[in-house]
Amino acid sequence: MTSTATTEAAASPTSKTRRRRSATHFDANPARAGWLVKSILIVLCVLWLIPLIGTFITSFRTVDAAANTGWWSVIVHPSTLSSLTLQNYKTALGGSTDMGAAFVNSLAITLPATFIPLLIASWAAYAFTFMQFRGRNFLFLFIVSMLVVPNYVAFIPILKLYKNLGLNGTFPAAWLFHIGFGLSLAIYILRNYMSTLPKTVMESAKMDGASSYQTFYRLVLPMSVPALAAFAIFQFLWVWNDLLVALVFIGPGPNQPVTVALTQLKGQLGQGWELTTAGGFITLILPVIVFLALQRYFVRGLTSGAVKG
Amino acid sequence: MLIKILTAVITVAAGIAAAFVLYWVLNQFSEHLPGSWGRRIQPYLFILPALAAIVVFTVYPAILTVINSFKDNFSRNWIGLANYRALFGSSTFVRGTLFNTLLWILIVPAACVIMGLAVAVLADRLGPRGEKTTKTVIFLPMAVSLVGAATVWRFIYASEPKGSTQIGLLNAIGSIFHKGPVAWLDTSTFHLNSLLLMVILLWVQVGFSMVLLSAAVKSVPADTIEAARMDGASERQIFARVVVPQIRGTIITVFITVLITVMKIFDVVYVTTAGEFNTDVLGNQFWTQISTYFNYGAASAIVVILMIAIIPVMWYQVKHFQSEEAT
Repeated sequence: MTSTATTEAAASPTSKTRRRRSATHFDANPARAGWLVKSILIVLCVLWLIPLIGTFITSFRTVDAAANTGWWSVIVHPSTLSSLTLQNYKTALGGSTDMGAAFVNSLAITLPATFIPLLIASWAAYAFTFMQFRGRNFLFLFIVSMLVVPNYVAFIPILKLYKNLGLNGTFPAAWLFHIGFGLSLAIYILRNYMSTLPKTVMESAKMDGASSYQTFYRLVLPMSVPALAAFAIFQFLWVWNDLLVALVFIGPGPNQPVTVALTQLKGQLGQGWELTTAGGFITLILPVIVFLALQRYFVRGLTSGAVKG
Repeated sequence: MLIKILTAVITVAAGIAAAFVLYWVLNQFSEHLPGSWGRRIQPYLFILPALAAIVVFTVYPAILTVINSFKDNFSRNWIGLANYRALFGSSTFVRGTLFNTLLWILIVPAACVIMGLAVAVLADRLGPRGEKTTKTVIFLPMAVSLVGAATVWRFIYASEPKGSTQIGLLNAIGSIFHKGPVAWLDTSTFHLNSLLLMVILLWVQVGFSMVLLSAAVKSVPADTIEAARMDGASERQIFARVVVPQIRGTIITVFITVLITVMKIFDVVYVTTAGEFNTDVLGNQFWTQISTYFNYGAASAIVVILMIAIIPVMWYQVKHFQSEEAT
């Protein structure tokens, strides 16, 4: 599985660059980075990291220190290092805006919204890829066009629908909405991937008398794991980082996810800098870990040409 | 706490199990139909659950939204075009909200493509390890929510009253040169604050653009570049005449994806200025109409404006897909 998981983006470049470089090895390679390119990139990387570093340092500073001196004073005066504290994290996790509870809520919203669409989308993608039927192209074009529809179109009508069902403020409200809006992307990614699978294998399975159900679970689903992973990471980051859907359907309260809790933390303590930074880190730690660990699957999802609305 | 996690895990398990059973039933049902009926109906049955969900959450609400935009704030009575007239009659909406959204649309996608392409091409010239590190750093903010990003960037833009120590980086640098302090996010001269908010989105999105464009640049056939080099083309000419034309498709994909993100931008503006100081955009105005004015009619009209703006993008998306399928 790991060999198929290597993205085209990661696999092809090394061979290509090597070819390009070896072709000119007798010559000083004009495509090599000089000191100018290197320093531009280093400056850019530092600039990119500064906001994160500043927030990270501030999240360990005391209220007074954070309000009266810049975070960089910790670096400029290393003697103040000893005054760093974990108190902000304790307060953020246990205070009136309970980031700990919000973290659990985020998990409770994200997990079902990520995993439930997988199977539903796989079946649809399977039919689109391996079965012949009238209206197949039309239906798939419909799904492609749904990719760019912004979720704004659904908020008010679904809000009313949920009100009748008594769903507003509950986790299922967010689950169903995220599933409904994630499916088109899932089908799109999965179909694109499945169409690269060898058709002869499916045909010979059919010849041997396997039903669609068997072909799907024994062959197609296991072979599609890289694409499933790509979508799952996509959807995980999407749902975890979402603010608007959570605001509309769940809102501030006992079920709020981390994104909503973070805005609450800001609102309550307009000047509570050190708390929002700790809250900010609690918000972003999980997606960053998931992202760094599964980066290549994510890149595969991106390079499969998906456009998400 | 534990109960919530448990509920989530059970929901995942139950949801997946239910799907298994559902498709088993659909499969059995279609196989026991007489004659060729089963084979003909089967694909539709497999697509039906997904399609139904998409219709319930996208098509049906979209139609209702268009209808609601012609109704009053609680969607009870028809009021014709009054919502649209009120919106387009208000200069804060037209010159503020709409104009700002247009600025975002004009600046961010193009800037994102250019910066992403620049990083992709420059990092391509580094050794493998340098390239990987650079890309990971630039790509990292992709994982950060826009709420998180806006929180993180407060430390760059913050301003304290004159005389006190500046804890925002920009003003601290300014104070070294005895300039400022400038209340960055309150300053709407030349839309400075909107531009600064765009920087936050660029910080998050450039990595995405870089990853896609980098993959495209690397898949440009080496012999086309070699041939140009043999013919004595400069590196700059090679880039403009050989590389760029061959990655046109990816450039367009990146542009469109960022364009859609920008059209619906909400989080960054909501968390930083809440649309004050002339930074309002369509997404934030939508939320203001719902949460502050409880005006579902006006909010629906804003969504319709957004939908109309997205139709050309949708049309292009379908065309693009068809041409890709044809090859």
